[in-house]
Amino acid sequence: MKLEDYYHEIKARGLSAERDKMMREEILSAGTRETELPQLASRPGPGKGAASGPSGLYDLNDQMILQGQAPPLATYTVGLKSIDELLSRDKQREADGFPRKIRVGRLLKPGKGKQGNVVVVPTTVEEKFIHDPNATEDQEDSVGGSGAGEEGEVIGEQPIHGPDMPGTEGPGEGEGAAHELESSAYDLGKILTEKFELPNLKDKGTKRSVVRYTYDMTDKNRGFGQILDKKATLRKILETNMTLGNVPDVGNIDPTRFLISPHDKIYRILSREKDYESQAVVFFLRDYSGSMAGKPTTLVVSQHILIYSWLLFQYAMRVESRFILHDTEAKEVPDFYTYYNSKVAGGTKVASAFHLVNAIVEKENLAKDYNIYIFHGTDGDDWDTDGKETVPEIKKAITYANRIGISIARHAYGAKSDSEVEKYLKRSGLLSEKPKLIRMDAIPEDADEPRLIDGIKHLISE
Amino acid sequence: MELIDQHTKKIMEGCKERARDAGLRFENETLEYIVTNRDLLELSPKLMIPTLYDYWVHDVEVIKEKRRYELYPSNPYETVINTRPVISFYNDNNPDWLNVMIFYHVIGHIDFFQNNLYFRHTWDFDFTGQALSDKRLIARLRSEKGRWVDYLIEFARGIDNIVGYHQELSRLDRPAPTEASRRLDYYFDVFLQTEKKAKVHEYIKEIERYNEFMRTLGALGAKAFFAAVIAKYPEFEALYEKSQEKKPPKPFDLLQFFMDHSPLLNKDENLWMKSILQVVRKTSLFFQPQIRTKIMNEGWASYWHEKLFLQDDRIKGHEVDFARVNAGVTAMPRVGLNPYALGMRLFYFLEEIGDKGKYDPAFRRLSNIKEREDFDHKTGKGQDFIFNIRKTLCDYLFINNFIDQDFVTRNKLFVAGRRLNQSRGVIEYFVKSRKAEDYRAMLNAALYHPPHITIDAEKSGNGSLYLVHRFEGKGLVKDYIANTMLGIEYLWGAPVHLETSDLGEAPSAGDQPIYPFGPPVTQGGEKQKIKRWQRTLYTMEKRKLTKKVISYHSA
Repeated sequence: MKLEDYYHEIKARGLSAERDKMMREEILSAGTRETELPQLASRPGPGKGAASGPSGLYDLNDQMILQGQAPPLATYTVGLKSIDELLSRDKQREADGFPRKIRVGRLLKPGKGKQGNVVVVPTTVEEKFIHDPNATEDQEDSVGGSGAGEEGEVIGEQPIHGPDMPGTEGPGEGEGAAHELESSAYDLGKILTEKFELPNLKDKGTKRSVVRYTYDMTDKNRGFGQILDKKATLRKILETNMTLGNVPDVGNIDPTRFLISPHDKIYRILSREKDYESQAVVFFLRDYSGSMAGKPTTLVVSQHILIYSWLLFQYAMRVESRFILHDTEAKEVPDFYTYYNSKVAGGTKVASAFHLVNAIVEKENLAKDYNIYIFHGTDGDDWDTDGKETVPEIKKAITYANRIGISIARHAYGAKSDSEVEKYLKRSGLLSEKPKLIRMDAIPEDADEPRLIDGIKHLISE
Repeated sequence: MELIDQHTKKIMEGCKERARDAGLRFENETLEYIVTNRDLLELSPKLMIPTLYDYWVHDVEVIKEKRRYELYPSNPYETVINTRPVISFYNDNNPDWLNVMIFYHVIGHIDFFQNNLYFRHTWDFDFTGQALSDKRLIARLRSEKGRWVDYLIEFARGIDNIVGYHQELSRLDRPAPTEASRRLDYYFDVFLQTEKKAKVHEYIKEIERYNEFMRTLGALGAKAFFAAVIAKYPEFEALYEKSQEKKPPKPFDLLQFFMDHSPLLNKDENLWMKSILQVVRKTSLFFQPQIRTKIMNEGWASYWHEKLFLQDDRIKGHEVDFARVNAGVTAMPRVGLNPYALGMRLFYFLEEIGDKGKYDPAFRRLSNIKEREDFDHKTGKGQDFIFNIRKTLCDYLFINNFIDQDFVTRNKLFVAGRRLNQSRGVIEYFVKSRKAEDYRAMLNAALYHPPHITIDAEKSGNGSLYLVHRFEGKGLVKDYIANTMLGIEYLWGAPVHLETSDLGEAPSAGDQPIYPFGPPVTQGGEKQKIKRWQRTLYTMEKRKLTKKVISYHSA
């Protein structure tokens, strides 16, 4: 097994007891843990409520249960109309000295294929003093039931990773009925740029390339074509008639006496135009090793979807995205869905991911035609403890990339000290030498979405 | 939103007549509206009150956490609202037979709203009218004061779950004063029991002695009795006088307290703020009873829609349709709680108890199952019994008084446990207990219960405010503390303290143990932490929140 070979290789180089322990734990966990990220809960309604777990005392109401009327659904346009107003109000709050209250909730709705949906809902919470159902010593959870069965008998089960499992919400998601507004990632990018004041990209003059042709009625043609250019035709006819001596007095032209040759008719015809535009390719790199299970993955992926949306808006949809997952080895995956949902594997080697990016860029000659962005998400753990392999790969990437952003989702238990990746990045001096090209953001494990957006500002600002 | 047509209204009136004959009591005027999805979209954030004041949060998707009802203890999406006249909302394509059933259900609710004493404070006015004038007031203030009105609404709503609902009720529904003298009450209820700690036989002897005095001396009996008491206990008179001095009750209603005592709100230029607090408080009080009577109210309405529709000739030809819809409403879920089903079964059960005279000590003394089952005194008081219950109880009392083992066994109820099966990757549901007391405990844990937070006048020094959260086995949602306290500080105009309990990590007991053969793989990879309750003091000062642990709960 490659993983273990690699482990022994590192061990031969010498390891602290603590590192050794952590690594062994990760190897042990390889393949045993399954962390599939949650998907959005579907809307419970009458008749299908059973799928979303047992109903509580206050979940049912007359409108639903007696009249079969599902909760009303807000439309997309209603939501977007209000979001402008809401966000300006939120800005005013900050100016008045109160914390902001609007959040962008329910971010991701991954679909198979490249067209992942992003769901944007402005959400808020009305804070009150209420009891926290989770803050009790008695962790066991019980509900009511009825029917046959002996005490102790198992009467049913529910998959943990089912789409409707309470308690597995992604960022900003709540449980229960949702008025979701479906939007494209492009719209989210717009909101992020305009309302959350993410910076606009400067036009990179040097990296322009032919991306497409547009067709326009620009060419002129005599004799035939799609549209008669009346002004040009008249001019041509006048010219011909003057040559023929058919215009005796230029001060007093009588058009009825004109001779009109079919050849004088000037038409416009469709022509192909070259269009020069910037375009970008974004590499999303994610550590999916054992230690990433749970919250770090959610954080990293949420941040990546926000970045993706922002770039999509900045480049007016001309963004190609590539997704790379790595543990000790890196692989490219075809879509965001796979990127988001892939299960956790074994150890960690950050260098492998950057190596793969470098290889792809070189092979496809991307650096010439594209603005290249690389975003890497990790929990900061790397078996290559002092970055001997990683730092050179990053240095290579810096030569062509517009920006490399590294997000580190710190584990709660290690939050006080820097993680390996942080340590060797700082030591390499890259962050301070080339602040325009490489940025790092360390996110605490309990980060919320405003924190993620702040992190993005840091990662992508000029 | 338009009224139902004449044809449908006639159906409703027919239902009312039959319901009245069956003993339900309610005001005659009602309004029924047809609502579209669009109407509901506007109504549901306003808790179905069309005239509720505008507030920007109503336009936003509010994150629905688990137990959202703790935040919004009112039904956001209900068919009947407790106004005068009562308003109810309908789909426009309900067939007639279904409308009959729904109308009976609605009438059940109306009867409940207008007779259950927990709604006593809503009986004397029309909430839609009240809400409309509040809405106008807030709109006018908003045009004068701008966005500050919304901040005030926000801060007031932040504490609108801590209103003195029960105080309000007890003020309205005082029991008639008793004939007996206060001195006598004090002597027997307080002095002998608390001060003298009299033994039971001594206490009874005292009662005997008093009765003896009254018998022999008649009108002079009481006077003579107390002369004897004072001879025996010279301190009695002084203690009695002291007990009669009025002690101010510990303020519980934060909104009322701020209106009365906040130095900031009582400044001349800020008096307008108090009217906003008043609106929020009144609105909150209005909605308080609904959630506290959910099981009873739905149970009562379901009991009557089933009973009345089955007797109604308009069911003919739709028996199967009715059975299907009714089962959807009132079937007991295999796992989960359904207030319609539970409440209805309990009312049927109680009706039987009343009919057989089982609500009686003679029945309770029986332990033989056979004898308990056969017990029937044929008192026929079932209807009286349940009507009385619908008048006087709320969910808490309903559950705790009447869910007994007989009820649990008859309805095959159980407490379902939930546990993770790691190896199969599923959550298993299992039958945890079939004991009535466990079932009651499970229900009690699910009932709405706002935190009990009072103001400690002694600890509130230097103009600051000291709030104490009484610990009832649960902490507060930590994420919400900061903003709520920010609002309280704003309303009070000075620093605010909150003493509460939260689960913290116990002080660490040395370093991690060393495993010579590698660490054990813990489940889920989480580090095992020992947590224990600690008494914590939050302080909000100049919009900054600080926190410190003041003591540990004893284990």
